[in-house]
Amino acid sequence: MAKTNGAGKGTVAKLAKAPSGIQGLDEITGGGLPKGRPSLVCGGPGCGKTLLAMEFLVRGATEHGEPGVFIAFEETSDELTANVRSLGFDLDKLAEQKKLLIDHVILERNEIVENGEYDLNGLFIRLGYAIDSIGAKRVVLDTIETLFGGFANQAILRAELRRLFRWLKDKGVTAIITAERGEGTLTRQGMEEYVSDCVILLDHRVTDQVSTRRLRVVKYRGTAHGSNEYPFLIDAEGFSVLPITSAGLDHVASDERVSTGVARLDAMLGGAGLYRGSSVLVSGTAGTGKSSLAAQLAKESCARGERCLYFAFEESESQIVRNMGSIGIDLRPWIKKGILRFVAARPSGGGLETHLALMHRRIKEFQPRMVVVDPISNLVDAGVMRDATSMLMRLIDFLKTEQMTAVLTSLTKGGDQREETEVGISSLIDSWLMLRAIEIGGERNRGLYVLKSRGMAHSNQIREFLLTSRGIDLLDVYVGEQGVLTGSMRISQEARERVAEEDRVRDADSKRRASDRRRRALEAQIAVLRAELEGEEDGGRRAVAGERDRLTRRREDRDDMARSRKADAGKEATNGRGGVRTGART
Amino acid sequence: MKATVKKRPGKSNGHNDVWNLRLYVAGQSAKCLAAVRNLNAFCEAHLAGRYRIEVIDLLENPKLARADQILAIPTLVRKVPEPLRKIVGDLSNTERMLVGFDLRPASP
Repeated sequence: MAKTNGAGKGTVAKLAKAPSGIQGLDEITGGGLPKGRPSLVCGGPGCGKTLLAMEFLVRGATEHGEPGVFIAFEETSDELTANVRSLGFDLDKLAEQKKLLIDHVILERNEIVENGEYDLNGLFIRLGYAIDSIGAKRVVLDTIETLFGGFANQAILRAELRRLFRWLKDKGVTAIITAERGEGTLTRQGMEEYVSDCVILLDHRVTDQVSTRRLRVVKYRGTAHGSNEYPFLIDAEGFSVLPITSAGLDHVASDERVSTGVARLDAMLGGAGLYRGSSVLVSGTAGTGKSSLAAQLAKESCARGERCLYFAFEESESQIVRNMGSIGIDLRPWIKKGILRFVAARPSGGGLETHLALMHRRIKEFQPRMVVVDPISNLVDAGVMRDATSMLMRLIDFLKTEQMTAVLTSLTKGGDQREETEVGISSLIDSWLMLRAIEIGGERNRGLYVLKSRGMAHSNQIREFLLTSRGIDLLDVYVGEQGVLTGSMRISQEARERVAEEDRVRDADSKRRASDRRRRALEAQIAVLRAELEGEEDGGRRAVAGERDRLTRRREDRDDMARSRKADAGKEATNGRGGVRTGART
Repeated sequence: MKATVKKRPGKSNGHNDVWNLRLYVAGQSAKCLAAVRNLNAFCEAHLAGRYRIEVIDLLENPKLARADQILAIPTLVRKVPEPLRKIVGDLSNTERMLVGFDLRPASP
C-alpha cells in the first residue's frame, strides 16, 4: 500500500517508459513499460495475455506513433484479426498502413527431426526483417514458450532465448513476451529468468463460481510501482485496469453543500444538506426506504441539472422508475433528458472487482456529479468480504477525487438495528443516514436519524420518515412512555394534543369571561359606593352652606341689634367671633 | 551461394521421384558449412541421381524465413516427395537422417 502513491511519480530512476496506452496500466507502472526492453506478461490460459500484448501494439501504432511487430506462435494472423475486431481494432488497416505486422510462426513438432547442432538464427532473421520493414519500435512474442514444444534440445533453446532477449535490447525495441503460468512458478519454462526488467502477472480466478481478472506488477526494475493486485476488464473497449491513483487521501474537500431536496433532512444536516463529493451511506433493514431516499437524492441532483449515475443491483431500471413514481419521485423526465442513467446488473454477473472496474468505466464515460450504488451490500455477494471493503474504498476514493457525491445504500440484515454495515466501510463514510423500522402499537413505521455527518453540526433527533404520494417527508416523533411514537400512535398523540389545546383555549375563554363578570360586578359596587359618597359629600356641603347662611344671618341680626343699641363696634366684633363658635356648637 | 542446384542423373532405387531438398542457412557459419557438407555426402550415398538440393541463405533472402516458416538454422526441408519433412541441425548423424526421411539404409 505504501508504494501505491509512488505510481505515477517514477521516483527512483528516470527510466524511459513506453506508454502502453492501456487504461490504468500506465498509472500502475508509472508511465508504461520499460522503453527499449522486453517485459514479461505471464498468466494462465485465457487470462488476456494476448489481448494485452495486442492492445499494447495497437495503441502504440495509433496513439504513440510506434509501429509494432506481432510474432504469433499460437494463432494465425486471420484469427488474431478476427479476435480483436470486436474491440474495435482494425488490424488489416494497420497492416496496410505499415503500422503493424503480424507474423504467424508455425511449429509442427512431428514435422521436425533434429539432427545435430542448430541455432535459431531463422527466427532472428525473420524478426529482424519484420522490424526493419516497418521501422517497428514495439515487438510482441506471443507465446514464445511454444518453442519448447517445437524443439527438443532444451540447452540450445535456452541459450538462444537468452541471446534473443539481449538482441531485442540491442535493437532498442520495447517488447512484450507472453508466457504460460506454471505450477508454482510464474512461467512454465522459467522465462522470468531471461526477462527480468518488468514482469506482469495476469490472473483469472474463480471464487464461488464468480470469475475475476486481476493484474499484478510482480517486478519492475528501477521503478516504483503499485504492487497490489488490480482488477481488470476485457470488454468492448479493450483492456482496462482499474486505476488506483485515486487510492490516496489527497483529494480536495469541497465546501459546497448540496440539498437533499427534503427541507427537513437538510435541516438535520446542519441546515444546508450534504457536502458535494462526500460519501453518503443510507443503511437500514429491509423495507425502510433506502432506495427511495437514494432515488430522492438522485432526483434532486438531476433537478440541479447535474448528471447522476444510478447503479442498480437489485431492481431493473423500469421497476425502480415505476416504484419511485408511486411515491412522487418521477425519474422519467431526467432519464429522457439523459441526465440520469441507470446501470442495472445482477451482482452475480461478475466478480466484485469486475463490477467495480465496470462501474469505474461507466463513471468515466458518463462523468456524473452523483453516483448511486443501490445497494453495496449486494456486491459483497459477488466477492469476498475483505475484498469488498478494499474495493469499495478504492471506489469511494475515486469518487472523492472526482468530486462526485457517492450515495450508497446498504441492507442491514437481521431484525436488530445494527450500527454497522455488512461491508464494514463505516469509516469511509462521511454522512451516514440510518433508517430504522420502529415497531410499536401493532405498527411498523420508518424512522430516520443521522448517525454521523462529518464536518457539520447535525441533528441528534430521530424523525419519522414518511413516504407519501408527494414524495419524502420527515416529521417529529413523539417520545412517550414506551419510547418514540410513530404512525397512528403519533397521529393519535397529535389528536390528543390538539384536543388538549382546544380545551385549554376554551378554559382560558371561560376564565376570562368569569373575571370579566367579577370585574363588572365590582365596578358596579364601586359605582354605588361612589354614588353614596357623592351623596354624603353633597349633604355635608349643604349643611355647611346652611350654617354659613345662618351665621351670616345672625351677624346681620346682631349688627342690626347693635345698630339699634348703638354699641361699641370693636368690642362687639370679638364677642361676635365667640358668638360664631357658640353658633357652630348649636 | 544463392541457390546451388545439383542434379545428378542416377540409378533408380525403386523410387522414381526426384527428391526436392532445400537447405536454409545463414551465412557461412561452421554449422551451415557442416550441414551443406553432410547433406551432399548423405545424398550421394542414399539418393544418388534423384535429388535436387537448393541452398538458401536467409541473410540474403530474409523474406523467405517467413514465407517458408524457418526458425532454426540450418533447416533442411523436403517438399517432394510428400509428406513435408524438416530436419534441423548440422545433419551430422546419418542414422537420424534416414529416420527423418523414412529411408532404409541403402545396402548393408
